[in-house]
Amino acid sequence: MTWTLALPELVLAIAGLVILVAGVLPKQETFFPVSMACIGSLLLAAVLVLGQPEGTALGGHYVADDFSGFMKLLAIGGAAIGILLSLDYNTKEGLGRFEFPLLMLLATIGMMVMISANDLLSLYLGLELLSLPLYVIAAFNRDSARSAEAGLKYFVLGALASGLLLYGSSLVYGFAGTTNFDRLADAFSADSGVTAGVVVGIVFVIAGLAFKVSAVPFHMWTPDVYEGAPTPVTAFFAAAPKVAAIALLARVLVGPFGDLAGQWQQVITLVSLGSMTLGGFAAIGQRNIKRLMAYSSIGHVGYALMGLAVANDVGLRGLLVYMAIYVAMNLGTFAVLIAMRRKGRAVEQVEDLAGLGRTDLGTAVWMAVFMFSMAGIPPLAGFFGKLYVFLAAVQAGFWTLAVVGVLTSVVSAYYYLRIVKVMFFDAPAGALDPAPASLTVVMAASGLFTLFFVLWPAPLLAAAQAAAAALLG
Amino acid sequence: MGGITEMTIGLAHYLTVSAILLVLGIFGIFLNRKNVIVILMSVELILLSVNLNFVAFSAFLDDLAGQVFAMFVLTVAAAEAAIGLAIVVIYFRNRGSIEVEDISTLKG
Repeated sequence: MTWTLALPELVLAIAGLVILVAGVLPKQETFFPVSMACIGSLLLAAVLVLGQPEGTALGGHYVADDFSGFMKLLAIGGAAIGILLSLDYNTKEGLGRFEFPLLMLLATIGMMVMISANDLLSLYLGLELLSLPLYVIAAFNRDSARSAEAGLKYFVLGALASGLLLYGSSLVYGFAGTTNFDRLADAFSADSGVTAGVVVGIVFVIAGLAFKVSAVPFHMWTPDVYEGAPTPVTAFFAAAPKVAAIALLARVLVGPFGDLAGQWQQVITLVSLGSMTLGGFAAIGQRNIKRLMAYSSIGHVGYALMGLAVANDVGLRGLLVYMAIYVAMNLGTFAVLIAMRRKGRAVEQVEDLAGLGRTDLGTAVWMAVFMFSMAGIPPLAGFFGKLYVFLAAVQAGFWTLAVVGVLTSVVSAYYYLRIVKVMFFDAPAGALDPAPASLTVVMAASGLFTLFFVLWPAPLLAAAQAAAAALLG
Repeated sequence: MGGITEMTIGLAHYLTVSAILLVLGIFGIFLNRKNVIVILMSVELILLSVNLNFVAFSAFLDDLAGQVFAMFVLTVAAAEAAIGLAIVVIYFRNRGSIEVEDISTLKG
C-alpha cells in the first residue's frame, strides 16, 4: 500500500476532525486551546513533510518530491503564523470562535493536496478544499456588512474560477484521453497529441488558476476582499493560499504541459506584465492600507510569474525564492497592520500610521524594513527575490519582462516609501495601542529574516534549486 | 422514408450544448443586475456544462475516469451551493437586500 506517502495530509485531516469534536463539546468558548492545537498539528505535519520519502501514491493522484516538500513547508509555515496573528485580533473583535483556526487548518490540507496533486481530479479537490473554508472565513465577521460583502464577492468570483478551471480540465481530459499528469505529459510529447481542444483547455485552466493567485486580468476580487475581510484573514489570504496556487500553476504548466511551453509562455508573460503594471500604478492612490497591500500583492505575483514565464531551472528557482521571501515579508507587514488599533478600535488608513516613528519606534522600524524590502532596496531580502527573477529573465532573453519589471518596481517604490514618510515625518495622529506580544514576535522574526537574508542566502537557494530540479524532472 | 432524415447524436452535439450552457452561465453572472440567487443558479449551470462534457467524453473514450470526475464535481457543487447560500443569508441580514447593484460598498 502506498497511502502512507500521504501521511502528512492524513494526519492533519484526522487531527482536524478530532479538534472539531474537542472544540464543540465544552460549554465555554474554546478559541485559544483550539488555536494552539491547530498550530501544533500544523507543526507535526511540517515534521512529517520533512521526513517524507519521494514517490507517487494513491493510484498516481498524489506525488511527493523536493518541490512539494519546499512549497508545503512554506504553506504550512504561512498558515501557522496566520493562526498566531489572529489570536489577539479575534479576541478583541469578538471573533474568537473555535471554528476560525479550524477552517484555516482545513484550508491548509487543501493547499497540501494542491501542491502534491498529480491528476486533474486531485488538483480540483485540493483547490475546492482550499476555497470553501476561505469563502467562510472571508465572511467570518458576520455582523459586518463589509465582511459579508467580501465573502459574497469572493464566493461568486471564486466559484466562477473553479467552473472555468473545470471546463478546461474536461476539455483536456476529452482531447488527451486521461487526467493523470504523467500520462498527459506522455501524450503531449508526441506532436500529434496537441490539438486545438487541448490548447483551449489549457487556457481555461490557466484562467482558473490565475484567479486564485489574483493575477491580471483576473484580479478584480482581490482589493475588495482584502479590504472587507477581517485583517488576520487578509494576512492569511496574502500568504499561504498564494503559495499553494503558484505551486499548482508551476506544477501543471511545467509538468503535464511542459512540452507545450511555446503555447503558454506567451500567456504567462502577458499575465506577468499586466500584474506588475497594475500592481505598480493602481496602489498609488489608495488610502486604505489593506487595499494598498492587495494591489501590492498583485504586483508581487507578477514578479513571481516572471520566473515561470522563463520556464527553465533558473526561472523556477527565482520563482521559489521569490515566494519564500514574499511570504516572510508579507506576514511581517500584516503583523504591523493587525497591531494598528487606536483606543481599542482597529484602524486601517495610511494616515493612521502618521508619527508612528515617534510614538512606537520598534513597530515603525520593522514596518520601514518591510516597506524597503518590498520596494526592492538592497541589501534587504526583497531585493534578492527580484534579483533572481530578473536575472533569469535577462539570461533567457526576456528583455521586455525584465525592463517592465524594473520600471514598475521603481513606480511601486513610491507608495512603499510614502508609508515610511508618513510614519517618520508626519505629525502624530495619536498613539496606537501597544502591540501584543504575539504580533511583536512575528514582526521581529520576519524582520530579522528580511534584514539578514543577505548573510545566509545559501540554504534557501539550495532548497529552491533542488525543488526546481525536481519539478523539471 | 417520408422525408425524415436519420441523425445520430454524436460527441459534437454534446459539446455544443455544453458550450452553450457555459456561455449562458458566464453571461448570467456578468449581465444579471437583479438578484444574487440568479448568480448562484448561473454557477450551477456552469458546473452542469462541465459534467455534461465529462460524461460525454467518458462515453466517447470508453473510459470511466470522466464519470468518476463528474461524481466528484456533483458532490463539491452541493457543498459550494450550501456555503454560497449561507453567505447570502448573512449578507441579507446585514443589508436587508440581495440586489446585485447594492453590492458596492467596497470599491476604489
